[in-house]
Amino acid sequence: MSIPRHWREIPRRYRLEAGKCKKCKVINFPSRLVCPECGGKTFETVKLSGKGKLDTFTIIRVAPEGFGDEVPYAVGIIDLKDGVRLMAQITDCDPTTLKTGDKLVAKFRKVQEDGKNGIIKYGYKFVPDVGV
Amino acid sequence: MRDVAIVGVGLMKWGELWEKSIRDLCVEAALSCFEDAGNDKIDSIVVGTMASGLLTGQEHMANMVPDYLGKKHVPAMRVESACCSGSQAVRTAFMEVASGMSDCVLALGVEKMTDVSGNDATYALATASDQEFEAFHGVTFPGLYAMMARKHMEQYGTTREQLAEVSSKNHRNGSLNPHAQYPFPMTREQVMNSTLVADPLRLMDCSPITDGAAAVLLVPATDAKKYKKHGMVVISGVGHATDTIALCQRKDMLKMEAVTLAAKAALKMAGKTIKDVNFAEVHDCFTIAEIMIMEALGIVKPGQGGPATLKGLTALEGKFPVNPSGGLKSKGHPVGATGVAQICEAVYQLRGEAGKRQVKNAKVGLTQNMGGTGGTSVVHILEAK
Amino acid sequence: MVGISGYGTQIPRYRIKVEEIAKVWGTDAPAYRRGMNLNEKSVPAPDEDVGTLSVNAAYNALARSGIAPKDIGAVYVGSESHPYAVKPTGTMVAEAIGACPHVHTASLEFACKAGTEGMFIGTQMVQAGRVANVLAIGADTSQGAPGDALEYSAAAGAAAFVISTKNIVAELLDTDCYMTDTPDFWRRPYSHYPAHGGRFTGEPAYFKHVEGATNAMLARAKMKPSDFDYVIFHQPNGKFPVVVAKKLGFKEPQYRHGLLTPVLGNTYSGSSPLGLAATLDEAKPGQLILLVSYGSGAGSDAFIFKTTKRLLEVRDLAPRVRKQLDEHKYYLEYGQYAKNRGKILRAE
Ligand SMILES: [Zn+2]
Repeated sequence: MSIPRHWREIPRRYRLEAGKCKKCKVINFPSRLVCPECGGKTFETVKLSGKGKLDTFTIIRVAPEGFGDEVPYAVGIIDLKDGVRLMAQITDCDPTTLKTGDKLVAKFRKVQEDGKNGIIKYGYKFVPDVGV
Repeated sequence: MRDVAIVGVGLMKWGELWEKSIRDLCVEAALSCFEDAGNDKIDSIVVGTMASGLLTGQEHMANMVPDYLGKKHVPAMRVESACCSGSQAVRTAFMEVASGMSDCVLALGVEKMTDVSGNDATYALATASDQEFEAFHGVTFPGLYAMMARKHMEQYGTTREQLAEVSSKNHRNGSLNPHAQYPFPMTREQVMNSTLVADPLRLMDCSPITDGAAAVLLVPATDAKKYKKHGMVVISGVGHATDTIALCQRKDMLKMEAVTLAAKAALKMAGKTIKDVNFAEVHDCFTIAEIMIMEALGIVKPGQGGPATLKGLTALEGKFPVNPSGGLKSKGHPVGATGVAQICEAVYQLRGEAGKRQVKNAKVGLTQNMGGTGGTSVVHILEAK
Repeated sequence: MVGISGYGTQIPRYRIKVEEIAKVWGTDAPAYRRGMNLNEKSVPAPDEDVGTLSVNAAYNALARSGIAPKDIGAVYVGSESHPYAVKPTGTMVAEAIGACPHVHTASLEFACKAGTEGMFIGTQMVQAGRVANVLAIGADTSQGAPGDALEYSAAAGAAAFVISTKNIVAELLDTDCYMTDTPDFWRRPYSHYPAHGGRFTGEPAYFKHVEGATNAMLARAKMKPSDFDYVIFHQPNGKFPVVVAKKLGFKEPQYRHGLLTPVLGNTYSGSSPLGLAATLDEAKPGQLILLVSYGSGAGSDAFIFKTTKRLLEVRDLAPRVRKQLDEHKYYLEYGQYAKNRGKILRAE
């Protein structure tokens, strides 16, 4: 898979950087050039808290290529405290015990790797917020 | 704007068509459409395909189709909106005829999906989602719809049995459709006992991988009288709307606003309300999708899609038949062809040519096709005249 | 004053018990428990590696330090299981914490001593005034060959330390080191698993260097074992650090907080640094800590730290080691463990 495509997203994937609209103060993740709320075009870079609640989720049993070894794994939509919603894997848990509303926190993990000889793509995943 | 009529439809039996290439599929559907219309003099072609490049290595289908159809020099273009590509082709052809730019346009939808491995097909389909912020994380399309299903179940109390009935009902209809890929019945128990794909969705909640094509021929309504073979069917309304590409960016992911807005525009153009519609062909890529679409179209109130399905509202003999063709689930889902095939089915129904799956007193039909997780939707209103 | 301004750790959630490994290889589990003082070990999740453990430990260290990421002048990651043979781990850590681009990074390797190497270099750089703050990390997802004695201990974990001149929680009083060329454990390029000299790893390797560094450090600082409140030795198993502690005249209350291997396994570059972190979790202000690492090949680094009042103020800004070690654990069967660790031969 494309190296530049991953490299370009490093601020989002590694640091959860988002764009806060200077006009309406809404935080957009990923950051955009035009604010979908107010049409504003100037933004301030902010770092998301990485803390939130599970809005909905699924357990992937039939995975896309490259994810097959990880099944079953959970992917969910997380409502962050910052008013942002994003999609990510939920790891470090038995996915069958997850419940919507669970408190989650972001961790830095491997998301994909291009086989054994390609690059490793790191990024955010979420884990149950149990203080470990 | 001129009124537009459909004077020809062309389909084939869909399935895993190992012997047929993407060009064979296109030509076969088009020829069948010409035969249905009794005419092959066309001014222009619009091809809808989602991922011919990823799935067959062939882009430039807008060149391939006229060439192999024996229509060298005829202008052709390709449109793409993921699984909504087919109805985009019809909508584009409609605009061409309505505007007066062309007098006879072929709208063709195609997808050849079995030339690649299951993994590669999954990858191609996943390109309809947000690559960097959805697909990157290992989510699949069943997974995205499963998240909607879980939310719908938790918010409205929709049950597994209600979801299963969507599949079961569509298989009942599809078993009456000679073009269907899987023309056999499927019980609710079979659906509920099938393999888990992405909780809570199971294999039999999901539309299959299919090879297929479909074609329709559009002319000004004033010219349609020349085509005396069949009863006349017009496209009286066209609506199209979009939403966020990423599911998580929607304020209420259960609403399917693109579907609601497209339907609103199409019905307004036709001067109708949903109550005037006798049947609908909708995009049941997953069982939960049909339930949410019923709600978004206003056939039922939000949250009532599941119970209404179980009570038989949308069955062939119900008050509002949905997917008399068998839907994507039973008929198959060659993604770029689906939107065109929905139009074909509506035409069969409005002409009274749908055989055993004929909806009684079908005068006004609605087709709803969508791409991604509902980020694009096109709705057509068709009427028998 | 130079010292540690923040410390943080990350231990994976997965564990495997020695019985589960012994069952597969037909060995005597009680012997490992008694003889080596090993009960279970941590196993990295399939989506964890030295990069992710380092970054998550670094977040915790930064939270306690109160130092802004952009003020980190250098990032050193010591490991024998860096994710890439060629490509620095440090740039990824620096990028993740937001320290790039005005930062120096290096990937260090010295078997189990690579973690304290970063601390050694970092403290000297800050002392020299070259940079204001250094992030030094010891992390490993070490591999023991299937059936080898190392398989019962090779574990995963990371400890990160911010070395600064302000916000100090443990002041560095002095350092020393002791090294010779001793081939007791190694891994050649392209080899998946390390090899070792069996009993040769004991007396002429571990004990000689740990004792050598400890004695040199005590002589240099003009101190004796009883002067210390705590001592942490590298812990390849639960037995060696206890033997060396007793031999040198240290008592159980001094080493018990830092002795993690019996339930963690040997986290290699993370081993003695994790022991230091666990000790900082318990220490009171004004206490003296002796840290002595060991890396095969071979050598030991020694450090004397004195805790400050600030330690109590920042301790709860990140998870304690015992919490990461003892809570929310998932036990693996050998098959799952073998799959996760890439020990199963598969089709290309
Ligand atoms: Zn704004």
